[in-house]
Amino acid sequence: MQINVLEYFERGALAGQRAKAAVLDQGRSFTFDDMARCAKNCAALILKIASTRNLPIAVFLPKSAETIVADLGVLYSGHCYANLDLKSPIERLKATLNNLGADLIITSAAHAPVLRSLGVPENQILLVEAAMQAGVRHDEAALLERWNAVVDTDPLCIIHTSGSTGTPKGVVLSHRNTIDFMDWVFERLQLQGGEIIGSLSPFYFDIYTLELYLCLAKGATLVIIPEQCAVFPAKLLEFVAAQGINFVFWVPTIMVNIANQDLLSAFPVPSLRKVFFAGEVFPTKPLNYWRRHLPAAMFVNLYGPIEISVDCTYFVVDRDLADDEKLPIGFPCRNTDILILNEQNQPVKSGEPGELCVRGSSIALGYWNNPERTAQAFVQNPLNPHYPELIYRTGDIVYRNVRDEIMIVGRKDFQIKHLGYRIDLGEIEHAALQVTGIDNACVVYGRDKKEITLFFESAEDLSAGMIRRRLAEFLPKYMLPTTLHHIDQLPRNPNGKIDRHRLALRIGEADEA
Amino acid sequence: MKPSTAAATLAALLQEIRPEHDFTASRDFIGEGLLDSFDMITLVATLDKAYGISITGVDIVPEHFRNLDSIAALLRKYTVAP
Repeated sequence: MQINVLEYFERGALAGQRAKAAVLDQGRSFTFDDMARCAKNCAALILKIASTRNLPIAVFLPKSAETIVADLGVLYSGHCYANLDLKSPIERLKATLNNLGADLIITSAAHAPVLRSLGVPENQILLVEAAMQAGVRHDEAALLERWNAVVDTDPLCIIHTSGSTGTPKGVVLSHRNTIDFMDWVFERLQLQGGEIIGSLSPFYFDIYTLELYLCLAKGATLVIIPEQCAVFPAKLLEFVAAQGINFVFWVPTIMVNIANQDLLSAFPVPSLRKVFFAGEVFPTKPLNYWRRHLPAAMFVNLYGPIEISVDCTYFVVDRDLADDEKLPIGFPCRNTDILILNEQNQPVKSGEPGELCVRGSSIALGYWNNPERTAQAFVQNPLNPHYPELIYRTGDIVYRNVRDEIMIVGRKDFQIKHLGYRIDLGEIEHAALQVTGIDNACVVYGRDKKEITLFFESAEDLSAGMIRRRLAEFLPKYMLPTTLHHIDQLPRNPNGKIDRHRLALRIGEADEA
Repeated sequence: MKPSTAAATLAALLQEIRPEHDFTASRDFIGEGLLDSFDMITLVATLDKAYGISITGVDIVPEHFRNLDSIAALLRKYTVAP
């Protein structure tokens, strides 16, 4: 019986493929043996500082092999990792660290000054360079005893996502949650270890979970795509072809750009065999472009919020879809039950819309240090009055079509997906109200143009540049409004609430509220 | 339009996207990390809109976005001048 994700590594890649390349990072190559040695050295260093169990340990590093070493070191020491966004504005970073209350932050000499400037004491900073040195500096038996004592409901990692109050929410995921998803994905989507993974997403996304444990369990090679490639789609495709990458799990944004610019004709990627995507809706026309260029590849649409461990439904694109036909999110993953509930909390009939709710071992433990939000989203299954059983309410409105495939309709609230990032529009509004001079604010999203529009009331004339500069102190770049409109008075509906629908009409989004 | 004015126009556009950088001082926006992937998406959209052109993906490569001169040269390729 598997309890700890480290068993994937110990019984998987470390059992038979120690000398194989595990991680390729900008010209550097690390074998599985290298990764295990550095991670265990890191664990020994962590244990000198943090000896109790299940502490949150923040990792403040650029996307690199060192981040993986740090994460694994945290796991070998019996704690849980929280990978942070290095580019997070200082106020947001501060809020995240305060909420996390981490006793220890793993970083590097180059990035430690930021933490020091925030007042993080020296004895709570661990430099990863110390773990990367050659030689074994840990006691194998002591570590084994340590990580063997973990139970599968212990926290594995904390992944942060946008929250309407201005402080990101930290989703706490357990070993069981992750094993539940990974065992399914290995089997159903035929991941066997020959994969050369082109890793494009940040390591503070949950896409990393699939990439990392595929690498450790099956001996697949994880290739970190240099950030510069993400800036230039043509360079990205050249890199994929040159590295012989055969598996990707990306967000659709960049793939849509590639299709719209017909880059696969100029830069073919014949090595690609499996193309997974998640994070937002992939419009069918550009998806069909990809399928035409890679007829032998397997395309899989995965859907799910972080709170249910990576993904909870999937659709293997195995039939022809018309360009104007919407792509289903498909069927539940094994050991996951999807309930579609109407406003009376009753299951809907086929074809009727309702909120997608999830039941099963994949449900996260909750939000870190946030009982109120946890109680709102993780609730008693309304169909079961007999004993405690939590379901997760995603807030996504869906229905089942005539083929019994699940189709996405929209949201119950004001959460959006923009460039693959999950954003609560309330967090942007909250930040806008911090700008001196702004009296009231409302943010709407234009899905077609992918524009975040801020409408604001102010007595004085405020320049867009000034507002954006101020907002950048609170918000990461992907959350900054692309368009700003001064408005004398925000429209209100009869009960006095801001009329988002009318604002949406102003930016030409008839259906969006 | 005179080259100096052209550079100033482009610098102003870039300044809107990244107010904290001085784009007239850098010869290598990409190498020095002045522009990241979000900025590139915004910049291409801004140029498309400002000049009524549609920059194709094959042209969205580092060589065309290294500095003010290379962006100006790219715009000339689309027969517009900054």
